[in-house]
Amino acid sequence: SFHEYKLNFKKSKEMCLSYIQDAMLQKQWKRAAEFLTFYIESLEKDFSAEYTSPSEVIWRIGTEILCRHSHSSMKELNSFTEHVKTLGVKRYLKVCLEHTFHLLCNGLIDEAYQNLSLAESWRFGEQTFIQGKEMKLIKAYRGLLDYYSWSKQKNILLEHGQDGFEDLSVEQEMHSCFRKAAVNLQEIIKIPGVWDLFVKCYVDLLEFYGDHNAARQVLSEYAYNSKFPANPNAHVYLYQFLKRHGESKKSLISVLKILHDIVPSHELMIDFNIMLQKSKKRKRRRLGLEVIFAVLDYAGWKEDVKAWSCLARQVKQIVISEKHLDWIKQEWNSRKDWWPAFHFSRYLAKRNWQENESLSYEKALVAGILLGKDCKYFKYVSHQGCKAQVKRLRILKKFVNKHNPVYLRISG
Amino acid sequence: RDFNERCAQCSEVNWGLTDGGRFYCRSCHNVNEITREVVSTDFVCNTRIQTISKGLRKPEKTDGGCEWYVCEGFQLVLKKQAEALEALGVCPQMKDEVLCNFWRRYLQKTKQAYCNMSAGETVKALSVCDSSTDVDSEPEGPSPLHLLSLSESEGDLQTDSSFASSLSKVSETQESTSVCSGSVDGSLYLMKNRKEKLRMTMPMTLSFCYMALLWLREPMTLSDLLRFVAEGHIPYLNVFQHFPEKMKLYGLDLKIFCVESWPVYEEVYNKMLELAAFLDLPRFPDITDSCFLHPDMLCMKYLMEANLPDELHNWTCRVVKKICIGEADFLTLVPGNKSRRNVKYDVLAAAVIIVVLKLLFLLDDHYEWLLSDFAEERNKNNKEGGPYFEFKKWYKVVKCTLDVKQKKLDEERAKYLWRCEKLLFYSDKKKSKVLKRRQTVVNLQNQFGKLSGSVLPAEKPNPSSFQLSWSEENTDGSCFHGHSLKGVLQEKRGLLTAMNPDYWLCTVKLCNEKTCGHLAHYREEDFPQSYHFVIKLFSFLLRIQPSYIHDEVCVIEHKLFNKKLCKKPKYNTGLRK
Repeated sequence: SFHEYKLNFKKSKEMCLSYIQDAMLQKQWKRAAEFLTFYIESLEKDFSAEYTSPSEVIWRIGTEILCRHSHSSMKELNSFTEHVKTLGVKRYLKVCLEHTFHLLCNGLIDEAYQNLSLAESWRFGEQTFIQGKEMKLIKAYRGLLDYYSWSKQKNILLEHGQDGFEDLSVEQEMHSCFRKAAVNLQEIIKIPGVWDLFVKCYVDLLEFYGDHNAARQVLSEYAYNSKFPANPNAHVYLYQFLKRHGESKKSLISVLKILHDIVPSHELMIDFNIMLQKSKKRKRRRLGLEVIFAVLDYAGWKEDVKAWSCLARQVKQIVISEKHLDWIKQEWNSRKDWWPAFHFSRYLAKRNWQENESLSYEKALVAGILLGKDCKYFKYVSHQGCKAQVKRLRILKKFVNKHNPVYLRISG
Repeated sequence: RDFNERCAQCSEVNWGLTDGGRFYCRSCHNVNEITREVVSTDFVCNTRIQTISKGLRKPEKTDGGCEWYVCEGFQLVLKKQAEALEALGVCPQMKDEVLCNFWRRYLQKTKQAYCNMSAGETVKALSVCDSSTDVDSEPEGPSPLHLLSLSESEGDLQTDSSFASSLSKVSETQESTSVCSGSVDGSLYLMKNRKEKLRMTMPMTLSFCYMALLWLREPMTLSDLLRFVAEGHIPYLNVFQHFPEKMKLYGLDLKIFCVESWPVYEEVYNKMLELAAFLDLPRFPDITDSCFLHPDMLCMKYLMEANLPDELHNWTCRVVKKICIGEADFLTLVPGNKSRRNVKYDVLAAAVIIVVLKLLFLLDDHYEWLLSDFAEERNKNNKEGGPYFEFKKWYKVVKCTLDVKQKKLDEERAKYLWRCEKLLFYSDKKKSKVLKRRQTVVNLQNQFGKLSGSVLPAEKPNPSSFQLSWSEENTDGSCFHGHSLKGVLQEKRGLLTAMNPDYWLCTVKLCNEKTCGHLAHYREEDFPQSYHFVIKLFSFLLRIQPSYIHDEVCVIEHKLFNKKLCKKPKYNTGLRK
């Protein structure tokens, strides 16, 4: 409760702050602005011995209110941010950076660029050194914006090229942007961290100018340098690059294998499985099976027809060839306790049949092999299928019946 | 030459001096706003110094200021407060005679330990007399300070025990005081031994005011006074705005005159008692039953404000009479008498009302509602006369209003603006920073003020003795003044007594105030909700902590049931009357 009997400046402002917070949580921006007006005087140093500056609080709250309030505008935000910059030199670059983000979110790219350039040229004694990290980020984002300009120029050139025009100035502009961007992007990705967007842009630049080696170097570094945090996207980018450049299956597979280890449920796993299934090498086919089973362990793939069709195809192929049934057995061993309830319940059989016949077809095949022809799922779907006279389901029924002994072997 | 700060633009330390006496950075030619004021004994010796800019600070101030002492400042504060009180309806005697005399007496008593610390001090005092200050232009004649210092210079110089050591201190501080504070003796004032008698503070100004009001038996309780202060009718916060231009405040003066908190009832009250004793005041004028401060009067007022039936007044008078708290001897302040407990009139009256409510309604979260239902039944058949008082209805009405008012008060407190137009600085070095900061603050306030639709808080409310008012003219039945208590009373042997036969004591034993600081300990969860509600109600009206009222209730109960308590050592919470 707020019934303060010993009211002093500090407590009074604390109370005010909690009113602001309540209003903001309830999205009452006008009320929040009202209380903020009374909170602002806490910026003036009070006469007590201890002094904790509320300027960061005011910065953050004020920004939020100005972004959400209906009567506010970017102009208001800009003016406010300028004031905030004067309030605390220790925070100067951070404020510049966040201001830039706001400008970008509102589509004011040029202003954002100016802001970053201004911030880059800021010097303030040892503060410049202390705020080194922010400075690096500022340069990196400016590099990003340079890339963006480069990209625009490039598109213009391509258009003109199609029309038969040649534009020297645009070309020069473009190269200049490239140089500026490259310098800054290169710097930031050296530091261990997650720089997905920056890496992509930098690689794009390198590829355009034909420096494929450098590009591969950058991507490998990003993916394999242990100092960098584990990042599935790094591997995805590397894979995409290698694919673009027609690299060997071997290198593609080795990249995707790592991705499988980190994120078994990644969407590229489908392509991976397809690649592996086709392989002549036994080990790879084995891996393929492992990969596809792993994918279907995740709830997100439960209703994915493609995934099920991959599994179904491979299972079918193994069953027909009568070789490597132990592979299925191995994979099924750790799953037989929970997959039936997870994928093959009667409820799901009904639902799958109602919603997606192809899905139920693929699943029925797998269920029939793994759980036998008498399992709930297979029975329901095949029965429904025969009733509806769906041809392929009749064929499926025959197939499963024929290979029922397989189930007995793998379930044992 | 001594300037070691980094340049704001290039952060180098490489200063030179312009012709205008300003520092400039030799690296980037950025001219610094700071001008250096040199207070240095080197001045005379070191002829090489070319860095004197805006002039040396000598006893004569070059910035248009005059010399002033801290107590002159306080005198001005008291004057302003007295004027405000007069505007609120207090008799002019207060300002012209009573408060004045109290203050003079205070100065006398404290001057003995104050200005005779060293020869240097008295010299200063004399020089003040010679140059007429603005403070002199008061209607009551020459400043008391003037008079006192003249007389003292002829008298004995009572040496302080630390005279010898303080002498050297003074010669240092003589120069430094003028830098550290606008007042002449600001730093000395704060440096003084804490054991010394009653150093004047801002809260103490209110103690003075209250003491004067009490002497004159003005119809204003301490809680009223403090409420008027909080509402801005009596200068307190930022009172230095009213100081004349020539009285420059900065540095240590800020610690003395700038308050950052509202005065607390207990603090002001206790200081007042200390003060009265310190000034050797005699017994105050008697508080009789025709005085506003007498419990019978105050109870009537509070009953009205709490929207309770007028008939309850009979009961409060009975209680007051029974425990003899209506006697002049009990109520009147006798300074220095430590054997008696001193009376807080407002708290006392509130506590009496609460005890009466307990007597009639028990307030155990059970009985009062039963009684209310009973009264409601009877009200259906009640055709003649006024309606019977129903606790339930009263509770609903008052709670509603109280919640609204409390919420409003809380918001006002959160929106309170502490700063005023006039800016104060600790030192000239900080001045530009402070000004810049102020500019930013004003800009931001305007920006967000526009977004919120308002710019500054609403005007302060008109001063009123009553915070809650209820009108009999309202047809919605929300005013309970005229309601009858017959619904909760019964006839017994020709007398009307309460139907409620029980009573519960807030505490079986009172604590020792001296050892634990309280007479009782109040925690909301330990007591019935209804009791808590009435405590809360008066806590809001008087703007004091619930525990103070609760303490008083305990004391009254113990007086009331004294005989019964003394007879039997052990007691259950139920008690037959």
